Amino acid sequence: MKKRKIREFLREWDEGNFDFTMETMGDLHQGPEDPGRLPPPDWKNQPLRKAEASEVKAFRALYPVLSVLLLVSVIGFLLITVLQLPPFNSADTPANTSEVIERYVAKGLTETGAVNIVAGIILDYRAFDTLGESHVLFTAVVAVMILLLLPEEEKENREEYRILHSDLILKNTARLLVPFILMFGVYIILNGHLGPGGGFSGGAVIGGGLILYAASFDRRRLQKVLNMNTYRLIVLAALSFYSLAKCNSFFCGANGLETIFTTGTPGAIFSAGLILPLNIAVGIVVSCTMYGFYAIFTRGRI
Amino acid sequence: MSFCVNFPLFLIVLSLLFSVISSVLHKKAARVLSLVLSGLSAAANFVLFLYVMKSGENVTYLMGHFPHPWGNELRIGLLEALFSAAFSLILFLTLLGGKAPLLTRVEERKGQFYYCMCDLIQASLLSLVYTNDLFTGYVFIEICTIASCGILMIRENGKTILASVRYMIFSLIGSGLFLLGVILLYDITGHLLMPNLKESVREIAACGSYRLPLLASMSLIIIGLSVKSGLCPFHLWMADTYGAAIPTSSGILSGLISKGYIFLLIKIIFDVFGTEVFYASGVHNVLYALGALGIIAGSVAAMRENNILRMSAYSSAAQIGYIYMGLGLSPVLGMEASLFHILVHAFTKPPLFLAAGLLSDSMGGAKKFRNLQGAGYVNPAAGAAFSFEAFSMIGLPLTMGFISKYLFGIAAFESTHHKMIPTLLVLAVSTVLNTLYFARTILRIYNREISPNHGEKVTVRSEKLYLLSALAFVLLNLFFGTAAKPFIDILAEGIAHF
Repeated sequence: MKKRKIREFLREWDEGNFDFTMETMGDLHQGPEDPGRLPPPDWKNQPLRKAEASEVKAFRALYPVLSVLLLVSVIGFLLITVLQLPPFNSADTPANTSEVIERYVAKGLTETGAVNIVAGIILDYRAFDTLGESHVLFTAVVAVMILLLLPEEEKENREEYRILHSDLILKNTARLLVPFILMFGVYIILNGHLGPGGGFSGGAVIGGGLILYAASFDRRRLQKVLNMNTYRLIVLAALSFYSLAKCNSFFCGANGLETIFTTGTPGAIFSAGLILPLNIAVGIVVSCTMYGFYAIFTRGRI
Repeated sequence: MSFCVNFPLFLIVLSLLFSVISSVLHKKAARVLSLVLSGLSAAANFVLFLYVMKSGENVTYLMGHFPHPWGNELRIGLLEALFSAAFSLILFLTLLGGKAPLLTRVEERKGQFYYCMCDLIQASLLSLVYTNDLFTGYVFIEICTIASCGILMIRENGKTILASVRYMIFSLIGSGLFLLGVILLYDITGHLLMPNLKESVREIAACGSYRLPLLASMSLIIIGLSVKSGLCPFHLWMADTYGAAIPTSSGILSGLISKGYIFLLIKIIFDVFGTEVFYASGVHNVLYALGALGIIAGSVAAMRENNILRMSAYSSAAQIGYIYMGLGLSPVLGMEASLFHILVHAFTKPPLFLAAGLLSDSMGGAKKFRNLQGAGYVNPAAGAAFSFEAFSMIGLPLTMGFISKYLFGIAAFESTHHKMIPTLLVLAVSTVLNTLYFARTILRIYNREISPNHGEKVTVRSEKLYLLSALAFVLLNLFFGTAAKPFIDILAEGIAHF
């Protein structure tokens, strides 16, 4: 008797009559997914369906309780951990006394030629990380393009355009500010190895300036200079230069060869070997990327 | 030092470069670049592997002019070279055979972005495997995360977008926890490079100060990476993700990306925490239990599915469970079984997903078993490939799956008796469950009554590239499944030299 029951159960299962899956996204069916499907079996009198309903009910009731419990315990654990960490701001923590920091501080200037030790660390000592980091931005832009890129420019809505671009205050402020913002950004990039700054921060400032310009004036003005094609070429050139230059210095470093890039006199604008050109490359990528995000998010094109 | 130790650097830079170039090219050219890149990478890593095997020692490769603890480094060892070669080869074969599903599902003008993302995945897999620096690991985890979301959501329908949002949330939680762990570790040691970290961790474990932060950082790193690779309580994103993605992407995501994270985790266990500290902390018992739970939960969930792609996805969850169970089982034999199982799953899942996708395409896009009836006759090549890979997942002799189950069995017998019986039980139960749900699928697709929604019969000629890739996967599987002994010895040697 029991055997037959099991057999029956297996047969039903094999035919796919039990749909106990919780297809959370079942309603979002798009496109021809399951054409010619057989008529759905009768769910009403299935005991398993009830089981599922009670499962969902239990889930709804337990979820808030359990998630709060989990979060509270994780927070508690991390707080206790933090209490046992080395005290913040004291001089003799492991991180502050290790040989790593010592050499960065003592020899950073002579070894990298950069007065700004942070620039020396991220673009010389730990340049491989930064190479990856600048490609993170590129990856993000491509991902946004996959999601939001529109096929071609639709016809502009004149009326909407007139309303958007008739703000005198915005226009005049932008006219006044944008040159200075761009110049300041360039200064931060070029000064990256001499003082606080560098490609990432300067690029962000330039990107902000470009966004302000694009927001207050006719977008086609900026598009004459910076459109999809030029954007791709600029990023291509900057990132390829970055990769190849760093490949050269990694290769030389690993094989014990001399590089052609010398550290020069610390403090001079043309010094610190590759750091200045790399900062420029990073700055270009970051500024175009910031603007690119804005452009793609607002109208699906650069 | 031979010239070939420069290969990882060249390959990483080349893949970054190719990805940037691909983004401005046409789809076809980008595809060629990707194929060239992964093929080249497989060949170069294989040469490197032979070199390391001959010389018998690990090479530390400076990324710049400064050695550890100051500058970035790569470490080239036996396992690193072997796994990079395998991953690149799998990426090559998956892309080679996975063209057809892409044609219909990716918008024409966005095709090049897919290959751009694949190049980035290649770069990050290489870096994750070779890195000797914990923070470099994090940077390339980030690239890998975004790129995998990219290849997931490029099929733009509601389901996929929702699935990729879900995947992204899980994945970002994983990266965040990993980063927190790295920060804690830096705070108590002051280092980021693995050799120095290992030394400091040993000191901390010996002297007893900062013991809790060490444990916290270890758990955060491990939880972070296991969320990203889909260990049991965190495996629920898998079904929606792999079920909704393009089959090619599902193959890459489940076969390669999760394996890259797991390899990084194994490397961290060996090179950052050290096996003594790790196995003394008790964290491995948690991994063992979750792994075993994942095997059962994944298999049961796979049995409940009526959708071929979602079923394969849950079967992935079970396979990930095997890998973690081995990690927790024992430091040498269990680890060996885990490493072998990484390769088993990486060589088996991508062709399985590709075949499932093609079967579903040949039935007019049906995914439910009921509508897939007879699909094996409509598309004979995909049907045969699916059956073979299913056999490998079940673990029939002559396939890789058999060897890994055998290794898990051996490791169970050698481990403490608390773990022996549960391991053997889990192995037995999961094999039965695997057989049940795969046998059911195979019987369905070879049913004589072909369901009425079938498309045109697919001839072998029309899919030469797919056939090539499926055949290569089958042959490689048979090769590793029959000539496994030297291979296992290499793994053992690699673990000894890790």
